[in-house]
Amino acid sequence: MSAQDIILSSGTSELTPAAQVRRKVAKMTKLFDATKCNGCKACQVACSEWNDLRAPIGEFSGSYQNPADLSSECWTLMKFHEFKKNDKMHWQFTHTACMHCDDPACLTACSTKGAIVQRSNGTVDFDSDKCTGCGYCVSACPFNIPRLDPIDQKAYKCTMCADRTQIGLEPACVKTCITGALRFGTREDMLFYADLRVKQLKEKGYANAGLYNPEGVGGTGMVMILHDINQPESYGLPADPKTSLPVKLWQDVVKPLGAVGIIATAAVAIAHRITVGRNIVEEDEPAAYDHSHDDNQKSDKE
Amino acid sequence: MTNHWIDIKNTNVAIIMGGNAAEAHPVGFGWVSEAMQHNDAKLVVVDPRFTRSASLADVYAPLRSGTDIAFLLGVIRYLIETDQVNHDYVKAYTNASFIVREDFEFNDGLFSGFDEETGTYNKESWFYELDGEGFAKVDPSYQHPRCVWNLLKKHVDRYDFDTVSNITGTKVEDYQAVCEVIGSTHTHDRVATFMYALGWTHHTKGAQNIRSMAMIQLLLGNIGVLGGGVNALRGHSNVQGATDMGLLCQGLPGYLKLPNDNDVNLETYLRNYTPVPLRPGQTNYWQHYPKFFVSQMKSFWGKYATKENDFGYDWLPKWDLQYDYTKHLDMMYHGQVNGLFVQGVNCINSQPNRNKVLKALSNLKYLVVLDPLATETATFWQHADQFNEVNPASIQTEVFRLPTTLFAEEEGCIVNSGRWMQWHWKGANPPGESKPDAEILSGIMLTLKQMYKDEGGKLPEPIEAIKWDYHTPSFPHGEEVAKELNGKDIATGRQLDNFTQLKDDGSTECGCWIYSGCWTEAGNMMARRDNHDPSGKGITPGWAFAWPMNRRVLYNRASCDVNGKPWDPKRMILEYTDGHWHGIDVGDFNMKLPPQESAHPFMMQPEGVGRFFALKMLAEGPFPEHYEPMESPIGTNPLHPNVVSNPAVRMLPGVKETLGSNKEFPYVCTTYSMTEHFNYWSTHCRLAAISMPETFVEIDEVLARDKGINNGDWVRISSKRGAMETKALVTQRLQPLKVNGQWVHTIGLPRHGSHNALIRKSFTCNVLTTEVGDANTQTPEYKAFLVNIEKAKGI
Repeated sequence: MSAQDIILSSGTSELTPAAQVRRKVAKMTKLFDATKCNGCKACQVACSEWNDLRAPIGEFSGSYQNPADLSSECWTLMKFHEFKKNDKMHWQFTHTACMHCDDPACLTACSTKGAIVQRSNGTVDFDSDKCTGCGYCVSACPFNIPRLDPIDQKAYKCTMCADRTQIGLEPACVKTCITGALRFGTREDMLFYADLRVKQLKEKGYANAGLYNPEGVGGTGMVMILHDINQPESYGLPADPKTSLPVKLWQDVVKPLGAVGIIATAAVAIAHRITVGRNIVEEDEPAAYDHSHDDNQKSDKE
Repeated sequence: MTNHWIDIKNTNVAIIMGGNAAEAHPVGFGWVSEAMQHNDAKLVVVDPRFTRSASLADVYAPLRSGTDIAFLLGVIRYLIETDQVNHDYVKAYTNASFIVREDFEFNDGLFSGFDEETGTYNKESWFYELDGEGFAKVDPSYQHPRCVWNLLKKHVDRYDFDTVSNITGTKVEDYQAVCEVIGSTHTHDRVATFMYALGWTHHTKGAQNIRSMAMIQLLLGNIGVLGGGVNALRGHSNVQGATDMGLLCQGLPGYLKLPNDNDVNLETYLRNYTPVPLRPGQTNYWQHYPKFFVSQMKSFWGKYATKENDFGYDWLPKWDLQYDYTKHLDMMYHGQVNGLFVQGVNCINSQPNRNKVLKALSNLKYLVVLDPLATETATFWQHADQFNEVNPASIQTEVFRLPTTLFAEEEGCIVNSGRWMQWHWKGANPPGESKPDAEILSGIMLTLKQMYKDEGGKLPEPIEAIKWDYHTPSFPHGEEVAKELNGKDIATGRQLDNFTQLKDDGSTECGCWIYSGCWTEAGNMMARRDNHDPSGKGITPGWAFAWPMNRRVLYNRASCDVNGKPWDPKRMILEYTDGHWHGIDVGDFNMKLPPQESAHPFMMQPEGVGRFFALKMLAEGPFPEHYEPMESPIGTNPLHPNVVSNPAVRMLPGVKETLGSNKEFPYVCTTYSMTEHFNYWSTHCRLAAISMPETFVEIDEVLARDKGINNGDWVRISSKRGAMETKALVTQRLQPLKVNGQWVHTIGLPRHGSHNALIRKSFTCNVLTTEVGDANTQTPEYKAFLVNIEKAKGI
């Protein structure tokens, strides 16, 4: 991995110098056309094959969806949604994997330097060597994608097959898709194709067909053509995903403040050392925790 | 397939019925997507279940499992009544105008010639009326009351919308929608393709299901044209090849017949199977039968096959009964079989009525399993709780496991559904002691030969005479076998160009005549990988080799009219201009003939036309007729209560008692594979097991409510033959259907489960299924039988 390919990095702030960017790298996008997907799970299995993932052999959980959920050993999952609308049966399949947001909430939430990066081709990637397993990315993701591994306690998710895309190959899921439901290319090309396809679907009678590319996260590196763009929930997708306010505050306000605070504290400490010298703790100083408050706390609860 | 996978992109309407291409043939289904996106094609899916194919369909209609014939004959009635018929095509290329014998009858569900006692037909009357020269009489004006067209009209007249709906449970409006889309392809510029698989074959009238569809295609003029045809989707990667090579118990390679007791000598045999033309000026291609057969005998026995000894004809086994798989297992069950070789199948899981199969295997002295995996058949004797309740100590069967290679561990040819013979190369060395099947079987054969030589035995001649001139006799190489199948001129040793060079005088040898042309003097045609597609219609003559003759679309003479002009210029395959034929595919006729003389596109038939009336070809009648499954949820046949189910099925002694009634078992059960399955192989494959870890049963919401079953609950399902427990998937994708005044519920049971694999231990669906099969092929009725279901405590 080259540092020059990184355009965003976790655990840094505006105070950090900007990364060197190789600007000739085009933004890449994976396109999932739900109107062409037959739920065969080839993408799911190819993902496991390429990335050496083997989720446990589970048990029947009331659906064709297996494993039941994403995990550190399952980065791509076909989700199955069935419902009736106007007496017509619908069975929709969602290629569920990282959306590679332009404005990634996981990266924003992560406080470990370089554990989550965004590359110049648009993909968002986790560096498990650096991950501390705090789980902030898991709770911050508006699409509920990253998962902590129960053994090494690190977060994992789809890398958009970074090891393939780096050498000019499409991700394994796209390579294996046989109906043409998955495509991969430059963002420009994918948006152009999606536009044509949506027009075609509208002509075919899908009046609400549209492209899912939510603005709340700045657009996504995986976009989806849906039968009904007004009902992303029917595919298990959030209607209006965005980075939650606390996460934004954390990254944009509190963390810089924290940094300022640390610097200020250090400055004060240094000043104190220089001007006053070492503090001497007296042996008979009262303990930091005052037991006399215990009763009050209890009464508060009552 | 009459056509091939890529050709599906040329269609206007794809009908998936009797199959589930999106799930069972996901890769091939890509061509349906292609047609939908780039040819504005419509997808029609007819299935008891709302499948993953249905999820992408423009039109979906549910039907009760086992009522496809009623559904399809109703379509024929609709097409005739609304005059959505391709009359030019029907007149020129079908037997609509042929006159049928006067003694042919159809009354109350039975055709003429039925023998109640034996349950079989005397088919004498199922034939054309012949003139003095032995040619069929025809009436192109359709005035004759017994011409096929009028008989057909009369036969399907009973299948009006209400009658069809009453039998199939399909709502009239859904049915009408399907009829209209199909009907839209009767014009010359539109075409439909039917894609089917085991959903049609797994019935007691499977062959007639397929015939019904083929008749629709003839009516619409959809056979022999781009984007049309009768397209069987083969499940296993080389099932087409296995069938071509004489898989069926009464067949020899190349769809030649294994002789029976009545074929007392070569002369009789050849007379019985070499047809005489039924119309003047016919190609009647099977007239060459003796050339194909004698050349095959030469490849079997080599120099020992001489004119004097009828080319070794007497050494072939002659059958007295149909020894198919079901019959053979029944014989094992009754202790009449000592040993069994199991190769390319996992019979304890895949054969119907598992409890019977278990007993049958336990009766053997020895069982040899050739398989890459330790299949459940090889471990049938192991106790596995209630899933395989056996006492190993009481089973005396000695089991030999001979590990074989997988296809990727050896070189050879695989024939796909589109008849493409595609050569493939070895990708990896086999693990451990595993060996190719050819090497194992050769070893056994050579040992037997030696034993005959050393110890003698009854009828040693066929074993002694066998031609086995491979470089390494213990391991014939795929290339050697392929060359042998192509055939050669014995005197010169030159590989033949194709089967037109075969002779019946013993001067040529050829293992499988339809494959001739696959390995010529120019080399291995199957290994060609030029995907150049000059027409853009998906016809790639330089890619592999398609039997016969590298022809990509069968019956393609029917793509143009009698004068050699394409019906649809946009779908031109061949055209006659400037005094000769030219086009994008190899013509399925003698291209030296002018169009008028070659205008009999179904040249394998002695009358050269497609048959609405099938003569004596099938066991249960020259027209398809709706018969209920052997176990009917309504217990009657609304069309003819006296003949409920197929009268011509074979009922082995004792099997009738294993059939249940709708009183005891009120629900229809149907079994199927899903994308995550590759027969029972995938239960041993980790990634497949992860994606479908356990078996289950699908039921509709109404039935679930009635029975107090929630999604994920344990249930007990029982048939007359056995019972199993599994978990329920309650779904709206199944729905009760109103049939003959009652609600019929369908229960969907995936063909999954194992007592000894990577997935959770579970029952397999064949605990419940029946062995009664199609009257022609004996393929068991896996798709429609009766069960009961109740909530269970769980395992």
